[in-house]
Amino acid sequence: MIDNLSLIAVYPEIILLVMACVIALFDLSVTSRTRTATYVVTMLTLAVVAALQANFASAGQTVYAFGNMVVSDVMGNWLKCFATLAVMVTLVYGRHYAAERDMLRGGELFVLSLFSLLGMFVMISGNNFLVIYMGVELLTLSSYALVALRRDHVLSVEAGMKYFVLGALASGFLLYGMSMLYGATGTLNIQEAFAAIQSGQLKHQVLVFGLVFIVAGLAFKLGVVPFHMWIPDVYQGAPTAITLMIGGAPKLAAFAVMIRMLVEGLMPLSIDWQPMLMLLAIGSLAIGNLAAIAQTNIKRMLAFSTISHMGFVLIGMMSGAVSGHPEATANAYSSSMFYVVSYVLTTLASFGVILLLSRSGYESEEISDFAGLNQRSPLYAAIMAVCLFSLAGIPPMIGFYAKLAVLQALVASGGTLQLVLAVFAVMMSLIGAFYYLRVVKVMYFDAPAGSAELSAPFEVRAVLSLNGALLLILGIVPGGLMALCANAVVQMLGS
Amino acid sequence: MGLLSLAIWTPIAFGVVLLALGRDDQAQAVRWIALVGAVVSLLVTLPLYTRFDLSTAAMQFVETTPWIERFNINYYLGIDGISVWFILLTAFINVIVVIAGWEVITRRVNQYMGAFLILSGLMIGVFCALDGMLFYVFFEATLIPMYLIIGIWGGPNKIYAAFKFFLYTLLGSLLMLIALIYLYNAAGGSFDLLTWHKLPLGQTAQTLLFFAFLAAFAVKVPMWPVHTWLPDAHVEAPTGGSVVLAAIALKLGAYGFLRFSLPIAPDAAHEWSGLMIGLSLAAVIYVGLVTMVQKDMKKLVAYSSVAHMGFVTLGFFIFNDLGVAGGIVQMISHGFVSAAMFLGIGVLYDRVHSREIAAYGGVVNTMPKFTAFAMLFIMANCGLPGTAGFVGEWMVILGAVKVNFWVGMAAASALIFGAAYSLWMFKRVYLGPVANDHVKHLKDINAREFLFLSLLAIAILYMGLYPKPFTDVMDVSVAELLKHVAMTKLN
Repeated sequence: MIDNLSLIAVYPEIILLVMACVIALFDLSVTSRTRTATYVVTMLTLAVVAALQANFASAGQTVYAFGNMVVSDVMGNWLKCFATLAVMVTLVYGRHYAAERDMLRGGELFVLSLFSLLGMFVMISGNNFLVIYMGVELLTLSSYALVALRRDHVLSVEAGMKYFVLGALASGFLLYGMSMLYGATGTLNIQEAFAAIQSGQLKHQVLVFGLVFIVAGLAFKLGVVPFHMWIPDVYQGAPTAITLMIGGAPKLAAFAVMIRMLVEGLMPLSIDWQPMLMLLAIGSLAIGNLAAIAQTNIKRMLAFSTISHMGFVLIGMMSGAVSGHPEATANAYSSSMFYVVSYVLTTLASFGVILLLSRSGYESEEISDFAGLNQRSPLYAAIMAVCLFSLAGIPPMIGFYAKLAVLQALVASGGTLQLVLAVFAVMMSLIGAFYYLRVVKVMYFDAPAGSAELSAPFEVRAVLSLNGALLLILGIVPGGLMALCANAVVQMLGS
Repeated sequence: MGLLSLAIWTPIAFGVVLLALGRDDQAQAVRWIALVGAVVSLLVTLPLYTRFDLSTAAMQFVETTPWIERFNINYYLGIDGISVWFILLTAFINVIVVIAGWEVITRRVNQYMGAFLILSGLMIGVFCALDGMLFYVFFEATLIPMYLIIGIWGGPNKIYAAFKFFLYTLLGSLLMLIALIYLYNAAGGSFDLLTWHKLPLGQTAQTLLFFAFLAAFAVKVPMWPVHTWLPDAHVEAPTGGSVVLAAIALKLGAYGFLRFSLPIAPDAAHEWSGLMIGLSLAAVIYVGLVTMVQKDMKKLVAYSSVAHMGFVTLGFFIFNDLGVAGGIVQMISHGFVSAAMFLGIGVLYDRVHSREIAAYGGVVNTMPKFTAFAMLFIMANCGLPGTAGFVGEWMVILGAVKVNFWVGMAAASALIFGAAYSLWMFKRVYLGPVANDHVKHLKDINAREFLFLSLLAIAILYMGLYPKPFTDVMDVSVAELLKHVAMTKLN
């Protein structure tokens, strides 16, 4: 049953899909080396979509559409808005990088980015296990192609292959878990599954069996230990612009999928999945931080750091369901949401600086390439330093408040075990501080590595400066974004 | 905007302007802007003293604005008799540091000056904050400029020192962060410091909180045995960095004891006071002995700082008004004296580029004016009556004797070590015949150096001869604090 109301709920998705097809055709007539016309049309499309999403989100309504297959709620709309902005920023940072590496011979970069964004949208709004799965597939299939976009580059193709094989495995896990749940509950709809499990008449064993596969599949997609192996290789091997494309916005979608499936669908099983997430979080914090110390390649280092940050997100996710404390739920999930959003913002800026330092025929990938950046450009060094301090969780950068929120949720959720875990988490972030500081040291204390002029188009400089400034400004006044996340999660839980 | 906000944000605003606009080819303009910024920042703090109400222990100049409403975190500032002098001290030292770095720093002047101005604003913020999270944000944020100051303008082993400083301090602070979050939950969702002071807590909770705070503040003070980062940081930091580190940054930790450990966990503080007194005496005596054998002047002063800060923590944990007030006076006087000592070493280092005691000898022959200052500072460092160094140590020893004669006796013996290492260094560096060509060609201090040394000399003598303005301010607040700490919070 397709009615008008349903169509309104997916307006942005329709625009995105239509424009992706239009741009694919339109691009055939573009001849410019940097594909300026395609780029402009893509950016306009994304800007319209982002504005629409922000508009929806501020309206504050929850609309179910297409027979409850998709949902448009405040949390989803904000996440979609942020994801769109993240993709826009990625394209701003990455276009020249891509052009210099012969990745803009066709307009695939733009079209595939739009399709992967569409995949994220579907993941975020999916209210049905299969719809979510479709979104995951659309996102990852576009990403595989993006990673291998530099066809003459061995590392990039290898990374694409690795990503594809492991990603397919993860999708298999996810689908298998969904099929188990379908078998047990007899429904693919998330609310109906919730109600069926809540009734307590289903066989617990089967449900948990399915749950294990779902958690494993999600863990693969998020890249948390022990399902993290693809992350460093893909981050390093993919062209940097694409690394940002898969390391930025998709984290928002992965978070939404966790919320939709685990919280909205499988909340009655939280007693089972919370300990699973705890183990994943402990492993990620430990291995992500320890392995990052050994890295000399900054993309690889940031890959391991991603793993540890996803561990923090999971800490928030595992602190939600506390018996006797219903108010803890919104608190915990909104802290995770805040963490993801601030993490994506930081990632964008840090990769933005890496992209800016890369030139034609030169990849700025080693940590040593940042030597003496402060002497070459105090501004870019400052932006990178703000990113690193934010990732390390030093106030007054936004990353600190993210850690604060997550740790507060953790400590509030229980007793001694949670306190010990909180101490463990901060000790791991102390280790994290070491390797972030090492990059700051290279930038500020070492002599410059090269004297090549650092030039960037105006738009890149402007967006990058704004991005860096936001990390600091949102650190000084984090209240608004925190309230936004809290409000979004409260609405999601209420509906 | 209130006076406290003004005191915090004026230097930070000047610092940001310097970072944004300064270029090395306009270094002179940068220096002048920095000086104007520092002086203005000092001037705006003066009303805090002149308008201070001596009769009340309540917080004054209070400002409250909601900051992060989701966690009920407020931008909540206020000062009492314990904190007021540290704000003035910070602003004063900041002016000195800008003058002291005038000609010495020629590379990236704007970043140097900017970092110090921002640092001073952040440290003032620590002394004003009455919200636990606001305190933490200021407390932690000071690490960033200090890390860069040590790492960029420091000595040969600066990178090791910068990392050690940062990670050591962060380790302690992160445990404190957990404690703050725990208190937030225990207080039913409030980061308000004054609420925490009244919050009843069980014995176990108090003990854990006490040690979490101890981890943060003991490292910062630093207490023996977690003091090892300090000599490294001091030796490698540029002169200005050492001055700020010794004069102000160490006080952040000691101040934390008064604001957090004692009032929030009074029962645990009493229970563990034996340990604290033991650690303080170890700092005073053992580190005093270690100081004596140092070959590097900066290291010597760094270790002597540890010993002097031992008096501070000793004073706090004997729980009488002489001890606590003496500890606070000792913090202020150490702020002046250690700053003066490091600046004196800086004067020599700028000329000879060595901090080894052995590289000098007979400096009095070529730098008589400077030696006069140096003698005053060294006398103050060993606590000669009439100088600032005497007042605090004397009060703490008196307080300690009241509690336990042997503790007082042990603390008093440290004065002998203090005299020994200070005078011995003075003899080896300044007295005797001219040791080598470097010393022979030394030029006496110029007007700029005379200016900042004499400012400090005046402060040291004034505080030594007439400490009343310093002690009067804190009397009521200290009495109130002790009254509060004497009451059990167990329910």
